[in-house]
Amino acid sequence: MPKYMLIMRGTDESNAAMMASIEEGIARTRVFIEEMMKAGVLLGAEGLDDPGKGAVVDFSGEVPVVTDGPYGETKELFGGFFLLDVASKQEAIEWAKRVPATPGSKIEVRRVPEEDEVPQDSTVQP
Amino acid sequence: MGTTDVEAVWRIESARIVAALTRFTGDFGLAEDAAQEAVAEALVSWPLASPANPAGWLMATARRRAIDAIRRRTALQERYALLSADPGAGPSVDEEIDPDGIDDGVLALMFISCHPVLSPEARVALTLRVVGGLSSEEIARAFLVPVPTVQARITRAKKTIAAAGVPFELPPAAERRERLGGVLSVIYVIFTEGSTATSGDRLLRPDVAYEAIRLARTLAALQPAEPEVHGLLALCELTAARFPARTGPDGSPVLLEDQDRRRWDFSAIRRGLAALAKASPRGLGPYGLQAAIAAAHASAPSVEATDWDRIVVLYEALGRVAPSPVVELNRAVAVAMASGPAPALAIVDELIAADRLPGSHLVPTVRGELLARLGRRPEARAELELAARLCANQRERSVLLRKAAALG
Repeated sequence: MPKYMLIMRGTDESNAAMMASIEEGIARTRVFIEEMMKAGVLLGAEGLDDPGKGAVVDFSGEVPVVTDGPYGETKELFGGFFLLDVASKQEAIEWAKRVPATPGSKIEVRRVPEEDEVPQDSTVQP
Repeated sequence: MGTTDVEAVWRIESARIVAALTRFTGDFGLAEDAAQEAVAEALVSWPLASPANPAGWLMATARRRAIDAIRRRTALQERYALLSADPGAGPSVDEEIDPDGIDDGVLALMFISCHPVLSPEARVALTLRVVGGLSSEEIARAFLVPVPTVQARITRAKKTIAAAGVPFELPPAAERRERLGGVLSVIYVIFTEGSTATSGDRLLRPDVAYEAIRLARTLAALQPAEPEVHGLLALCELTAARFPARTGPDGSPVLLEDQDRRRWDFSAIRRGLAALAKASPRGLGPYGLQAAIAAAHASAPSVEATDWDRIVVLYEALGRVAPSPVVELNRAVAVAMASGPAPALAIVDELIAADRLPGSHLVPTVRGELLARLGRRPEARAELELAARLCANQRERSVLLRKAAALG
């Protein structure tokens, strides 16, 4: 069945808002994760640390160039994901709407293609 | 919002809404009807104006329909003076739905849907409908039966539950284990319909198997201390992990020995092994043992490198905790791999002598394979032809006929 990744995209502002009430955010996320587990749809979830603590490996040149800190000029930064095993794209979207995300952030809903999507099943899902 | 959006919300909300309404009204059948009315209304009204809170809309609408039904019923009873009305009796229609106890409600829903007073077909249909949130059309498609058949099964099931006075509650401690076994077997029946379709022209139906895995995950989340729930989940995950390699491009079955193991779903294997680890705090039960067998296959790089001795031991253990001729037959296959076809043939012949699996295509299939390995080709051919005649799955049948023909 289709797997979807809910990709969390935050801005500096939404990340700051989240950090301002981080305990509440964690508690609400925990409840949301439990809800997805009880619905039998959650395969995995991870949240990422402050992008400023990361590094970027850039393949524009002949050799990879490493720079410290966040990724380029992108305004919205990848902050974490939920991996879901759902019945349809609409269901993935429905779950995305329930993510306790902070105002200003966005969630990208992307499908994970699978090996076992044999042609005979292509009519089952939209 | 369109039909698929309504369906998506319903998938997520169905069990919680039906459980809350059953608590609220004390009447499972009425709650299910009210919930279905709410979905039907959503299908009409959401495309025109989507609600801000679809889940809340469904719950509120379903609750209103339930209250209408109770009022109708009360009015009817008053009209016919069947009841010297005590308006205090029955649930208060203004009572708020308790947000706590939702988990117990969903669990109670699983137990009532899989109740032993129901026929096996009704248990499957009801579980998929109220716990899984599938429509009658989806259930009919999954089990290749006409829609009215599914509807009739569900209607009859609700009547049976009402007639038998089945309470909406978690079974008492003394019955809990046994009733949980009943729930597990319903989930497993759904899974096997997806992993080895009993009829039709397709061997695998991953969409059907998915519903079972989803139910097993729900049950594992709600009953984390029950090892066999994790055992069943592990078995389903590990079996489904092989789906991508189990059919050829034309849909024909590919036997374990011929499968391209690189196509197995390694994420599913990891999930299965993790569930299996939770299934064995005090020794494995029947589902856990089957999962351990599946894990032995999933962890092996090839048929030759498979730990067949371990699989034989696991089948022996399974035969003791859950004796069945199918287990014996599988043990015979494992023995053939571990020790050769001759001792395996002895096991199969014992099964035949005791007439333990009459009419099954599996016995002559295995016997034919073993005879072929022993070089007894004419006998092998006759067995495989017999197996083809008994086999209901078209894909499997054609493989059997091909093998029989190859034995000249």
